[in-house]
Amino acid sequence: MSDILVDINEMHFQRGDRVIYDNISLQVKKGGITAVMGPSGIGKTTLLKVIGGQLYPDSGEVLFQGENIHQMSRKRLYDVRRKMSMLFQSGALFTNISVFDNVAFPLREHTKLAESVIETIVLLKLEAVGLRGAANLMPNELSGGMARRAALARAIALDPDMIMYDEPFAGQDPISMGVLVKLIKELNSALGLTSIVVTHDVKEVLTIADYAYIMADKRIIGAGTPEEIRNSSSELVQQFLQGNADGPVPFHFPAASMQETFMGTK
Amino acid sequence: MNWLISLGANTLSRLSAIGNASLMLWGALFAVPRLKNIPLIIQQVYVVGVQSLLIIIVSGLFIGMVMALQGYTILVNYGAEGSLGPMVALSLLRELGPVVTALLFAGRAGSALTAEIGLMKATEQLSSLEMMAVDPLRRIIAPRFWAGVISMPMLALIFSAVGILGGHLVGVDWLGVDSGSYWSIMQSTVDWDKDVMNGVIKSIVFALVVVWIALYKGYDAIPTSEGISKATTETVVFSSLAILGIDFVLTALMFGIN
Repeated sequence: MSDILVDINEMHFQRGDRVIYDNISLQVKKGGITAVMGPSGIGKTTLLKVIGGQLYPDSGEVLFQGENIHQMSRKRLYDVRRKMSMLFQSGALFTNISVFDNVAFPLREHTKLAESVIETIVLLKLEAVGLRGAANLMPNELSGGMARRAALARAIALDPDMIMYDEPFAGQDPISMGVLVKLIKELNSALGLTSIVVTHDVKEVLTIADYAYIMADKRIIGAGTPEEIRNSSSELVQQFLQGNADGPVPFHFPAASMQETFMGTK
Repeated sequence: MNWLISLGANTLSRLSAIGNASLMLWGALFAVPRLKNIPLIIQQVYVVGVQSLLIIIVSGLFIGMVMALQGYTILVNYGAEGSLGPMVALSLLRELGPVVTALLFAGRAGSALTAEIGLMKATEQLSSLEMMAVDPLRRIIAPRFWAGVISMPMLALIFSAVGILGGHLVGVDWLGVDSGSYWSIMQSTVDWDKDVMNGVIKSIVFALVVVWIALYKGYDAIPTSEGISKATTETVVFSSLAILGIDFVLTALMFGIN
């Protein structure tokens, strides 16, 4: 079996007339942490939803373990989704039930385990993210970082093969960010997971990623190991890494020229 | 020419909305039912039904009282105040019970359903269910739908019963109509199939429509604050109009001919 878990080939995706991805190709190696970086608003979350089979590309194919996600029957897709997990930016915990019940939710839905076994598993998963003591809190009593960790415990509840992280570091204070970086790294090696991390926090993610892609302007503009990315000669990649306001990725949203707008002339 | 284009575009978007709503209903109702879902339905019956009881009982009481008061002042001119009982009972069972209950239900429970589901969508809870390989139509939409359809006829009957008692309170205890004639003329006039069951059928139809609109508006809401606010408003407006329109058709079919 090949060591590629997710294989995206020549994928084209658009919303209405707006092209989000212009024939991109991307591979995720089994067992590693693959980072997908890019400025906000280029549809990085969309990429995860395409991999998860929630959105359909206009052309091209997305293979998960060699199978085309978007040609599966609904039943097969649901089976495959049990092997993948997604950590949403907001955490997406169910707000009407406690942290414990949130983590137990996928177990109760998909397994016939006894309640005592479920309790053990849930507490172990919460222990792994350091929140065993918070099991009985409601999601609205958690801080942003804790909510994301609780959601992470829920995401690993069924021991998936792959986790997709959607902006795990966005809006976190330095300590929670450090905690999350450590957790992603440790869970990945301890549970033998494959991780895809979509983010714009370049520094943090490059410390843990095995391979990284940089996206901008509907395409992949750079790819390689963190070392290769840092030493890239591409102006685009350097602009992104250093956070320059203007460069190949323009500061201005595309618009008519100033003269045309204000003076009505060409 | 432009109005023709916009008419066409409008019609198409309405049609596709109806199509989407039907697909949602289909997905929610004809998925293989599972025993696991029964506790979910019971829990939702509590939320949409039991928690609506207070407003239903209070409204029913006042509507019954007002009808007895109004009815009495007219009937007494003809010496027919003995017919107060059937007047109150028939108006409640045939019309006011199902219709007012449905209107209150749309405002109290329908808007809550829309807001809840819209917010679940906005906070990615629906997406995360899908990613956990749990079908949100089956897990979230279907139990709420059935709970609404189970609750509303019961609420309508409670509304009518409380209204009749309210009529008794004003008509008999206050204005002095004979208690025996209030009950006995009511008993001989009200027909089980024609009046009570037709009212129940009405409220089942209203329940189907109100809950369907509420759930679809939430499920289809644009996941922003304005989107959810618009969806909630539309739920109440569309449900109310649908209830009144359908009520006319049903009344014509049930009581119009003969």
